[in-house]
Amino acid sequence: MALFSDRATRPDETTDHPGAPVRRRARRRRFTPRDVAVFALLLGIPIVLDVVLIWGPTAASAVLSFSRWDGVSDLVWNHGDNYRQIVQDYPPFWPAVWHNVIWLVFLGLVATPLGLFLAVLLDKGIRGTRFYQSAIYMPVVLSLAIVGFIAKLVYSRDYGALNGVLGLTQHPVDWLGDPSKNLWAVLVLVAWRHIGYVMILYLAGLKAVDPELKEAASIDGANEVQTFFRVTFPTLRPINIIVLVITVIEALRAFDLVFIINKGRNGLELLSVLVSANIVGEASRIGFGSALAVILTVISLGFVVTYLVQVFREEKR
Amino acid sequence: MSTADIVQRRPHRVRPARALLHAFLALVAVGWLIPLLLAVYASIRPYQETSERGYLSWPKHLTFHYYLQAWRDADLPHYYLNTLIIAVPAVLVTLFLASFVAFAISRFQLPGSKFLLVMFTAGNLLPPQAMLIPLYTIYLKIPLPEFLSASQTLYDSYLGVILIHVAFQTGFCVFVLRNYMQTVPKELTEAAIMDGAGVWRQYWGVILPLCRPALGALATLEFTWIYNDFLWALVLISTGDKMPITTAINNLQGQYFTDYNLIAAGSVLVALPTILVFLLLQKQFVAGLTLGSTKG
Repeated sequence: MALFSDRATRPDETTDHPGAPVRRRARRRRFTPRDVAVFALLLGIPIVLDVVLIWGPTAASAVLSFSRWDGVSDLVWNHGDNYRQIVQDYPPFWPAVWHNVIWLVFLGLVATPLGLFLAVLLDKGIRGTRFYQSAIYMPVVLSLAIVGFIAKLVYSRDYGALNGVLGLTQHPVDWLGDPSKNLWAVLVLVAWRHIGYVMILYLAGLKAVDPELKEAASIDGANEVQTFFRVTFPTLRPINIIVLVITVIEALRAFDLVFIINKGRNGLELLSVLVSANIVGEASRIGFGSALAVILTVISLGFVVTYLVQVFREEKR
Repeated sequence: MSTADIVQRRPHRVRPARALLHAFLALVAVGWLIPLLLAVYASIRPYQETSERGYLSWPKHLTFHYYLQAWRDADLPHYYLNTLIIAVPAVLVTLFLASFVAFAISRFQLPGSKFLLVMFTAGNLLPPQAMLIPLYTIYLKIPLPEFLSASQTLYDSYLGVILIHVAFQTGFCVFVLRNYMQTVPKELTEAAIMDGAGVWRQYWGVILPLCRPALGALATLEFTWIYNDFLWALVLISTGDKMPITTAINNLQGQYFTDYNLIAAGSVLVALPTILVFLLLQKQFVAGLTLGSTKG
């Protein structure tokens, strides 16, 4: 699959061909002033944007995390107090970490394999594939704000469709209000989107798998399941990596849906919501919220770095 | 077992399995659509009825009143326009800048190009919450002329939201486009260099047209993402009038009384453009994800 292919056409590969000296000279040709200007401008703008709006603020948050500041009065450095406080006596912190972990494990072990499974079924190219594929992908194009409203239609205690379907009209369940159930109710909706997302990525990847490989395997007497795990799945490696990163990032970045449902309280605490609750909430505890943000960033970067190392190692091969 | 054996046996074995496959996929597809259909169904029923009998009940009255109300009273056209003002330039600028960065990284051995690639890709994966406060502070300090922003700062301006989308999304697009451009044979640009083409002509005249499928797929994806953004507008825009539609739909929620049927109608209207874009461009979208590839 080209979009995510790791295979690089390495520049040195081409130089072995006849005519290489000409090419080499062409490549080493000095850039004209106009070329340099084009580079400076069109590389400069995105670099400045990325540094000023993304990396700069992230670094600034890391600095702020060592202070006590409400955004108005003077900033007071308090060393690692925020981190100590978060770990030791900030009640929502550990539940939030736990919920993020559940979110990640559920997406990774339940939703992602289901997406792959559906992609494999759709890849058989039976009639009506376009319809099935569109229906399953549909939730992905919806904004999470809208998914949040749909959650209320489905899960509302008094009028929700789910209690109606289950016949729980006498003793209705408050799916979104009951802290022992609401995380799972939300996760079902999250999976509803995630499965479609994963499905389309794998479907694109499967289309690019050489059919001859599969044929060869079946001629060798392998059944469909064997063919999939021994032949097809290994060739999907680049997509597996992409899907893994998307899964991790979705789990860590999850914000909109719980924010819409109940601002992330009462059983729906997540790290991202705690950050915004502290820095934009009435309390305006910017230093404290920044410390939470740094924790979230460090966790994300752990995954990101692992991922990039993987990608580059693969390219070197 | 010979090849002929398998070829002959296949159709017999597969028939019932195929019917089962159809049944299963149809069930899944319908199951997937039910929440959406529920929203559509709720949006055409009066509030009194659903509050008495729940959303899962037979209808007595059906009405398009809520669509009219959402469209007119909540002034949806105005917010659609806000979203377009943000999303269209953001997508175009992102693709333009990202494709050039990807071109520069994949075609020239510039110093630090691997570092650039890591910086852009990793930047896209940082949690937005980590940059909220400093970004907010910077935005308040950057002055803008009044014709660009009534607040005279980057904060509370369309430009501010566009810029953060561009900065954020460029990372993803650079990553994807660089991978794509590496599958384009070197010989093509080299021929152009022999003809004396400068960097700009190689980029604009040779590489960019070849990347059209990838650019198309990315444009679909990016439009959907930026259209659906909720957080940035919530944080960086304070005037309710300037909110993009996804954030504005929140305003349909009254402070004391929430009419979910009205919100359902609003939600359907808000979701329509992204659904249409996907359905119309679906073929190109999926093709763009695969095209130009050999295998794996």
